[in-house]
Formats: sequence, C-alpha cells, structure tokens
Amino acid sequence: MSDVTTKTILEVLGLTVSFEQATGSTKVVNDVSFEVLEGETLGIVGESGCGKTVTVLSILGLLPETGTIDSGKMIFEGRDLAKLSVEEIRKVRGSKIAMIFQDPLSALHPLLPISTQICEVTMLHRGFNRDEARLHAVRMLELVGIPDAEKRIDAYPHEFSGGMRQRIMIAIALSCEPTLLLADEPTTALDVTTQAQILNLIRTLNPKFKTSTVLVTHDLGIVAQMTDRVAVMYGGRILEIAKTSDLFRAPSNPYTKALLKSVPDPSVGRIEDLYQIPGTADFSVVTHGCAFAPRCNRAEQSCREELPELEQVSEGHYSRCHFAKEEYLSNQSKH
Amino acid sequence: MSSKTNTNGTEASGLTPRYGIWSRFKRNRPAVFGSWILAIVIVLSAIGPAVFGWLTGISSDYIPSSVENGALVRSFPPSLTHPMGTDDLGRDLFLRVFEGGRISILVGIFASVISLLIGVAYGATAGFFGGRIDGVMMRIVDMLFAIPYLLIVVVMMSLFGGNNAPDAVKQVTEAFVFLTNALMSLAGASPISTSSGLFQIFFLFVALGSVSWLTMARIVRGQVLSLKNEEFILAARSIGVSTFGIVFRHLIPNISGPVIVYATLTIPSVMLAEAFLSFLGLGVQAPYSSWGSLAADGIKNIAVYPWQLVFPGLVMGMTLVALNLIGDGLRDAFDPKSSKS
Repeated sequence: MSDVTTKTILEVLGLTVSFEQATGSTKVVNDVSFEVLEGETLGIVGESGCGKTVTVLSILGLLPETGTIDSGKMIFEGRDLAKLSVEEIRKVRGSKIAMIFQDPLSALHPLLPISTQICEVTMLHRGFNRDEARLHAVRMLELVGIPDAEKRIDAYPHEFSGGMRQRIMIAIALSCEPTLLLADEPTTALDVTTQAQILNLIRTLNPKFKTSTVLVTHDLGIVAQMTDRVAVMYGGRILEIAKTSDLFRAPSNPYTKALLKSVPDPSVGRIEDLYQIPGTADFSVVTHGCAFAPRCNRAEQSCREELPELEQVSEGHYSRCHFAKEEYLSNQSKH
Repeated sequence: MSSKTNTNGTEASGLTPRYGIWSRFKRNRPAVFGSWILAIVIVLSAIGPAVFGWLTGISSDYIPSSVENGALVRSFPPSLTHPMGTDDLGRDLFLRVFEGGRISILVGIFASVISLLIGVAYGATAGFFGGRIDGVMMRIVDMLFAIPYLLIVVVMMSLFGGNNAPDAVKQVTEAFVFLTNALMSLAGASPISTSSGLFQIFFLFVALGSVSWLTMARIVRGQVLSLKNEEFILAARSIGVSTFGIVFRHLIPNISGPVIVYATLTIPSVMLAEAFLSFLGLGVQAPYSSWGSLAADGIKNIAVYPWQLVFPGLVMGMTLVALNLIGDGLRDAFDPKSSKS
C-alpha cells in the first residue's frame, strides 16, 4: 500500500500466555513479538490451536479465566495494555481497539435488536445520546452496505443472513473509528462469495478510518489478498514474519513452505494428490527444540534439542529455523 | 447458514421473539384454559365476597341456624342463598373460600416475587463470578436444600408465629393494617385491627418466601454459567461494556425464559405448602381462612357435611392445576424446540 508510514500503532514484545489446566499449565503463546504499523494489515496465519486467537484476545485482555499473560508487553499509545486496570482497558475496548469475531451469529446478542447493539458502543465511548447514536448507527449500516438501513435497524440478528450479520459486526467495530481492528477469522463462517464481499468491505473501510488491522486466518488465499505483512505461527511461536510478497516469493521456513505446498491446486485434479504435512499439530509433546521438528522433513538432531532464534534473512524478513539462511537461498536458486 | 436462520426461535415471517412467545402460548389450549380458570378465581377472590354480600346481604360472620330433632344445626348444604353451603359455625362457605383465596394467592405471588428477587440476584452473582465465590455461595444453597424446606418453615412458624413474630414483621403488618383501614374508611367499611392472626399470616409469607428462592438460584446460576462463555458476551466485553452492563443488559434478558417459567411454577408449589401448613394448624388461623385451613375444618365433618371439604378442595385443586398448565404452556412457548405443534 502506498500510504504506509512507519509509525507503530501496536508493539507486542515477548508475549507469553499460559492456560491453567487440570494437568498443569500449558504455554499457548510463547515469546511472541510483532508490531502493527499505521494503516497496514498484518496477517497472522497458522493451524488450529497454534495460538493465533489467544494472541489477539490477550491484546484486549479478553482471555478466559483460565488463561494468564505470564510476561510480555503490548505497547499501544505509549501504554502497556497488559498493565492497564480493568476500567482503563474497558475504555480502550471498542473505542481504540475493536474486534470482529469468527461467527457473527453467536457474536451478536440474539435477543436484542441490532439498533441496541450498535448504539451501545457509541453511547459508551462517544457519549452519544440515544438519538445521536441511532442516527450514527444508520449511517454506519449504510456504510457497510445494509440496504434499507433505516428500516432494518430494528430487526433482530436472526433476521439477517450470515454475510449481513458480519457487516453489522463490522459496523459495530468501526463505530468509534478505532485505531486498530482485530479480526479473528472474520470470514471462516461465511461462504466464499460472501467472504470476498466482506474482505473487500474491510479493505475499503480501513483507509477511510485510518484503521490498522490484525487479520487472523488460516486461509493463505486471504493472506495473499489482504495483508501487507504476515506472521506465521506454529506451536505458540512465530516461525516466520515478513512482508506478504516476500513470504510468498521466498518462504524461508520449512513450515511456511509446507503450508504453501498444501494449498489445493485446481490443476491437480485428485484429492489423493493434495499435499499434507505429515503428523498432527500436537504441541504438547514438544518440550525441547523447535515445535515443528517432529513433522519437519529436514529436521536434524539439533532441531530437537535447541530452539532456533528468529533470524533475519533479508530486510524485514525473519525466520525461526536453524536453516533459515539456506531455506531463503534455496528460493533464489529456484527462480 | 440459512438452515440456522430458520430454526432461530420465531416464525419465518420476521416476528420479534417476544411476539412469537405470545402467539405460541395462545395456541396452547390447556394453557389458555388454565389462564381463564385462574382469572376467574382471582376475580372472585378480589371482588367476589363484596359483590356476593351486596347481592344477598350475607356477610362472612352471618350465622343462620335451625333446630332439627332438638339439635341446633348450623351447617347447611349448598342452596341458592349459600352456593357452597355453610361451615359448622354457619358462616357462608362461598365467602370463606374466596376470602381465603386472597391469602392463598397472595402467599404464592409473594413467595415467587421473593424467589425472583433473591434467587436471580444470588444465582447470577454466583454464576458470573464463578470460582471460589460460586463455590461458597452454592454450598450454602446446598446446605439449605439438604434440610427439608417444610421442616424449616414448620420450625420458623412454631418459633416465630403469631405474637412471637419478629418486630419487622409486626411493623409491616401494622403498616398494612393502617393502609387497609385508610382504604376501608373511604369505602365506608368497618376497620380491621392488628391481631396475632395477622402477624401469623405475614410471617407465613416471610417463612415461605425465605425458602422458595433456592431452586431459582440454582437455575439462574446454571444458565448464567453456560451463557457467560457465549461469544456474544465476549463480543460485548470487546466493545467495552462494563460487568454491570453485561449482567443486566446481556445476561438477564437471555435467562428471562426459564426464570419466568420457574417463577410461575413456584406459585402453585408455595400455595400447596401454605395449604399444608394451614391444614396442620401452623399457618393461617381462625378467624382468617385459607384453602388449607378450610380443608382442615372440613375434614372433621367429612362424613356428615361433605361440601365443607369438597368446595375448598375443588377451588384449590382447580387453581393449582390452572397454574401448572400455565407454567407448562409458558415453558413450551419459551422453548420452541419442546413444542409439539
């Protein structure tokens, strides 16, 4: 994007989150660091359970009771979000940092008309009275493309289609013109055509409100379309982070390569030919070394013993692998 | 996605959830029948005695008598002047039954209001905060549950019934008598006076109310516990709604269905408990009447004057059945999946 400046909106440093379970505590997010620049879209990709959602939830302090942030800073507007009081973080939620959820049906209150739900956020944070909030809500609904917004505003969530509901969620999220939008798999529950519409909507609205986005997804297609930079997560750690174009052109981590390889290719007709990463994403078994080592095709003894550092392979392109440089260079020779 | 939309509570015509509940309730014949029965009983209890007295000139202390075979007889079978007959002191049973109905119905309503207030607040607090708070609060409920609630009430009634009632209960009773007398003097009726019988009735309200909220607290806690992990609660938190706002704007409306249904079903069970206590002589006592105390009086003469048991029992039974039908109807109306239609 042309208007990307270098101003940092959010800086996450060494975020570590663990969950308390009957068997003991499990580290779900481990030493994750990234930054979100003004106006950019940062993608976070990874398999289910790799810690994407937990990372995003901890930014807003919305972890479930069993989860705790063990260490790490999340600097937003000069303050560490992890250290804010309940009341202070409540004022950030919805006004400065907003969130869109995966399933718009379960994220909208089933018994309240959507007018109440959109008005609630502006009445809370912008001090609107009921009429102002309603007027603003209609304008937001028109903006996200709800036809006949004036009439539809008093309908209930179940009277809208899935795509419409997600538009309403976006209207709520952008109502206070937040600096940062956290989108947690916003299109996973939608079908492919609606998905494209919603993504387009997010892409066109964000520059309008100068909103940066963190887009959590497991769909590499969305990453390619939507994001400026992307972080690949596995087992609670970032394995690779780079500009999106760099990552697709020169993936420098065996896991990223395997991910890219397992994207279905329509020219290969048979399902048996679909590439799979061997094994399952069972992060609990790995205590030493690289979390991906048990499934990695080039893992060596050192991978199982020693955790690789995030290594810079080119400008703004980091990979957590003992062979990062080699992996990076192997792309060069191919092209 | 589209199949989800269709099973979402209301008709496809886009009616609001509230309207859907009402229309489903209206289609439930037993529930509508119950509503009519209940309405008739309530109207008869509220104005029946006054209208009856005005039509016939009979008041509740009117005592007819006749001499049969040299013995004084005051129990008359049902007739045009005495639709339900008279009791063994000659008082008109129709008046007694519906004056007693006032107390029976009020006990039921009062206890379920108490169970609403205490039960919902207590259960929602325990469920929402969870953890240790939840543990301690629910163990208290468990302990209270472990003692049969009628036993608690019996003990409370025998310790604090009548003139032993706590001062607070006496003061409330006196305030009630004062207000009633103010209204009575407007209507030109004779004033009532505070008595141990009235204290007894008010303490009965308190005693039954104090045990009626336990199940409600459990129900609300369970509902809140399952709801608070729903994504829309997380979404509400993500836009910065306060804890208070979440509990009262987002959680409570969602549990109103089971709460209303259970509150409706609490009324008959409390009325039954009241009747039971009065039957044993621990509840409402003469000169006041309730369905339970009338039944207790009637059972003494069951062989000779059966109507003295039949009529209070019939009215009470019909009311309880009606309330249960309404409760069941509401339950089906609030839960579209359980309805047979």
